Amino acid sequence: MTSQPPGEPAEILLRGVEKRFATPDGEVHALAPTDLSVRKGEMLVLLGPSGCGKTTLLRMIGGLLAPTGGDLRVAGRALWDGERRDGAAVQELGMVFQEANLFPWLSIEGNVALPLRLRGMSRAERLRRAQELTRLVGIEGFEKRWPRELSGGMRQRAAIARALSYDPEILLMDEPFGALDAMTRDAMNLELQRIWMETGRTVVLVTHSIAEATFLADRIVLLSPRPGRIDTVIEVPFERPRPLALQTDAAFQAIVRRLRSRLEEIS
Amino acid sequence: MSDGSARAPAGRRGGIPLEWITTPLLVGAALLVWHGYVTGFGVSPFILPKPGDVIASWAELLRTRSTWRHSWATVYETIAGFGFALVAGVLMGAVLGKIPWLERTLNPFIVASQVVPKVALVPLFVVWFGFGPTTKVLLAAVLAFFPIFTNTLLGVKSVDLGHRDVMTSLNTSRLQRFRHLELPSALPYIITGMEVGIVLAIIGAVVGEYLGGNQGLGYLLIAKMNAYETDMLFAVLIHLTVIGFAFYLSVGMLRRFVIPWHESVQVERRGR
Repeated sequence: MTSQPPGEPAEILLRGVEKRFATPDGEVHALAPTDLSVRKGEMLVLLGPSGCGKTTLLRMIGGLLAPTGGDLRVAGRALWDGERRDGAAVQELGMVFQEANLFPWLSIEGNVALPLRLRGMSRAERLRRAQELTRLVGIEGFEKRWPRELSGGMRQRAAIARALSYDPEILLMDEPFGALDAMTRDAMNLELQRIWMETGRTVVLVTHSIAEATFLADRIVLLSPRPGRIDTVIEVPFERPRPLALQTDAAFQAIVRRLRSRLEEIS
Repeated sequence: MSDGSARAPAGRRGGIPLEWITTPLLVGAALLVWHGYVTGFGVSPFILPKPGDVIASWAELLRTRSTWRHSWATVYETIAGFGFALVAGVLMGAVLGKIPWLERTLNPFIVASQVVPKVALVPLFVVWFGFGPTTKVLLAAVLAFFPIFTNTLLGVKSVDLGHRDVMTSLNTSRLQRFRHLELPSALPYIITGMEVGIVLAIIGAVVGEYLGGNQGLGYLLIAKMNAYETDMLFAVLIHLTVIGFAFYLSVGMLRRFVIPWHESVQVERRGR
């Protein structure tokens, strides 16, 4: 599917990965056997209508949901062995969800540094790291606040900082800005691009917004529903950093139109 | 920053909190009605003494040395019983919350023991442990146990699914998950259980004292009743109420210190 530079293994590699759920109404085929490879440092966006299995796919890559078949490799290691996960592979994954999911009993810096605390890092060192991270995501000065004192966008920034705290190679984002208003969402897309360019991580992001996908992605993977499978893969060629004004560009809108008409056909 | 700034803490809307004004006014009004009723209808002081007499009796009660011995007995039984209930309730709630099959197995027995009127156990406790403080501590513990236990159980089971996902993605051990997610999630529930439990613990101690022994404010109440000292009976009641308040407020303070992040505390601070 994707040509790899010789000698460099794909950061995420799926071979025939599929998911079936047993429900009271019978079996649901959430994701048909799927092949996909994500390059190191790539920004890959999974786009599709609801029920296309994009979140299922991301949760399997994130180690939250065991596939029912296929081979899934992360940073060169097999992530799943049946229902068991490979600890070293999980170590390379940072997850960001639609809700920030910050723990209300921890301050912002406590939340950002929680993964480091769980790994036994000393208090002084993890607070220093939390300081760096809050600066990186643009919420310095709010370290001592409770999560509930921050706006939705700022909470999501803190969630990104938490996912980056232990330096995973890969950042997985499940509709991270889906709960935000349109203006905040644009701002967060710009911020994510900046953070991604500064950290050089591999990002896999799930969204159902065509504009968001086109703005952020190096490559868009369009999924179709029942069962979920890869429909189309589109390379997005625009230079970085991309300004928000790119969205009014004819080439940008051509991609958006192409995606929209394809989405209408499949959903 | 484009995505909004932190919510500013709401300023106090000036002056004294409303309840600081209304409470004394309402208490004063009630005392007036009481006084008017007793004098107007010529009620016997054996039935209902005048509020002034009751207050005078309370002052006398506070000056009596033995009052403090009785108070200490009740306070000790309450604290000891509550302490046992807290440890047992949180431990059992946490364990059953984590092990669903065990909860399902034990559930019929838990429900049965909840339904039994606990006070009916007192004769049994007396048979087993005599008229000493043990019986009263036990009754206080049994009464306070259930709200703490059921709230802990509920709290451990109501952990937010998104928070669970976070812990799973961080590859945490079961112990870390309990320490860093389930326990803090359950704390507001546990404290609510404690607020109910402390009041029940006092009831347990006092009722235990009714039925045997010669110590404690429950015993003092019965003694005053037998002596037809109705004004003193009221005085002991007031004394008990004050002690109950102190206990309840102490647990309420706990809420502020242990879960300052929780909505219940924030609302208290901002609401008025």
